[in-house]
Amino acid sequence: MAETTHGIGGLTFDPRKREMPAEIGVALALVLIVAVFEALGWLLMNDSFLFNTRDNVDGLFNVARLKIIILQVSIIGIIAIGVTQVIITGGIDLSSGSVVGATAMIAMSFAQAGEIYGNPNDRAVFFEQGLVDLPIIVPLIVGLACGVVAGGINGLLVGYTRIPPFIATLGMMVTARGVAKWWTKGQPVSFPTDSYAAIGAGMMPVVIFGLIAILFGLALKFTVYGKHTYAIGSSEDAARMSGIKVARHKVLVYTIAGLLAAVAAIVLSSKNLTAQAGMGIMYELDAIAMAVIGGVSLTGGRGSITGTVLGAMIFGVIISGFTFLKLDAYYQEMVKGAIIVGAVVLDQWRQRRKASKVEK
Amino acid sequence: MTDIVLKTEGLTKHYGGVHALDDADFEIRQGEHVAIMGDNGAGKSTFVRQITAVEQRTQGKIWFDGDYVEFDGPLEAREAGIETVFQTLALADDLNVPDNLFLGRELVKLKLGPFSILDYKAMRESTLSGLEKTGVKIPNIGNAIRNMSGGQRQCVAIARTATFHSKLTIMDEPTAALGVQETAQVENIIRTLKEQNESLILISHNMRQVMDLMDRIVVFRRGRIVANLRKEDTHGEDVVAYITGAKTQDDYAGAA
Repeated sequence: MAETTHGIGGLTFDPRKREMPAEIGVALALVLIVAVFEALGWLLMNDSFLFNTRDNVDGLFNVARLKIIILQVSIIGIIAIGVTQVIITGGIDLSSGSVVGATAMIAMSFAQAGEIYGNPNDRAVFFEQGLVDLPIIVPLIVGLACGVVAGGINGLLVGYTRIPPFIATLGMMVTARGVAKWWTKGQPVSFPTDSYAAIGAGMMPVVIFGLIAILFGLALKFTVYGKHTYAIGSSEDAARMSGIKVARHKVLVYTIAGLLAAVAAIVLSSKNLTAQAGMGIMYELDAIAMAVIGGVSLTGGRGSITGTVLGAMIFGVIISGFTFLKLDAYYQEMVKGAIIVGAVVLDQWRQRRKASKVEK
Repeated sequence: MTDIVLKTEGLTKHYGGVHALDDADFEIRQGEHVAIMGDNGAGKSTFVRQITAVEQRTQGKIWFDGDYVEFDGPLEAREAGIETVFQTLALADDLNVPDNLFLGRELVKLKLGPFSILDYKAMRESTLSGLEKTGVKIPNIGNAIRNMSGGQRQCVAIARTATFHSKLTIMDEPTAALGVQETAQVENIIRTLKEQNESLILISHNMRQVMDLMDRIVVFRRGRIVANLRKEDTHGEDVVAYITGAKTQDDYAGAA
């Protein structure tokens, strides 16, 4: 027994057994998947997946593809940032997709232009009330408020009643979808003002996704909020006995998740220049899948924003890869499903291996 | 007397019709190590739960550190300086050692409500000095508690008390689930606390441990204190007689 590795009573600690962060495994998986598509590209398509092969374009990488990879996952990625935090507390949020739908409808109806090509836009939801061409701040505040209300209700239900998060947010999922349909009796809401349309234009979704990821990545790592989020997911009893106000904290976490779903709704409706009652269907599951692939444990206490962002990238690479190989979208979903299950199996295997190491 | 750290008078707790604790008079002095013994259901844990305000007492008075106290909850008791190592340890598995030590009372660099910025460096340093004080050596305190053995976890839970310079430490059966080596380590920590003149209440079923480490033994039976014995004046069989009800001290005759 070396002096540096034992405490009194024969306890052994080995500093070399420092854990490898789960994110490194996810990053490796991302690299591996990219490599597979690169190889398949040369085999099947005689073209590169990642690198630029066009003579009329400059640069080493296929920048257009890289942009699409991240752009197509950034809106669900925003939701996944919120969902990640909920899952870390040991909860789940099934309502985000429906909250996207409801928020998009409501926010968009306050963001409509009064005139289209010189004609009055008399199909605008609040045309008769004269609520058209409103300043950008109005739909923003209305939209974010929708998210806060939905998330807040989720949080209150989970924190202060004994309803499991699955049921509470399932209720919100159904209710919010109902609100989305009821708002205009199923009619789509279109023609936003130029300033609203600018929010999700071009690469803006990526920028917003990046900023939100950094903000909450830092919050989880360096603030009391983050520490308590992990503590609650790790052991709710320990958190309570340590004096953490568990219910209040859950309300905060679910409210943030709702808020981020609303941000996604605003970006999405702005990008599409329209809002429809069916918007965001299945988004909640994609967001959960991104988190899970990124190493966030559904039992709570483990995971990170970095992991979820990497999980989102894996999603993006798979979608782009299948398009690149000219394979049907059906295969995409089958493979996505397999990857989700594979990620969880791998994670559990990793945990078990770690546990058995300690017992030696 | 100012060196009495904790004193209770007529402490009573009823759960509906069940008298879990009746009329308990207890005191502990600075630096004194007192064992609480008794059969299952004798009221030991109930007594601790009233002192630490995990539950609110039905009747009775508590003085702590010279002042009459009525704590609203466990956090308030802890802030006043009563540190408890619960049987369940109350550790968060996925957090590392400093995170667990400071759970619920994190040190912050910048106060921003729930988003206050953590002061990792200060917490790490206090953790190291706390571990040093208890004689626990953990070279890598940055690892998650999940991957530690029962004894290591117990040590972390105990080190929590040392880090915060508590005035009174309460341990509820700290070695009940531990192996021989690990028990030895916990006992070493208790000895260290004794050398540092820290007060300790230990709930234990382990007669050898109590006889080795404690100054005084208070025996509970059916919700009442039935004996208050100085270690020098008693021996194992004697204590067992009080626990089982074969004997009751004259002072507590009414309790039998």
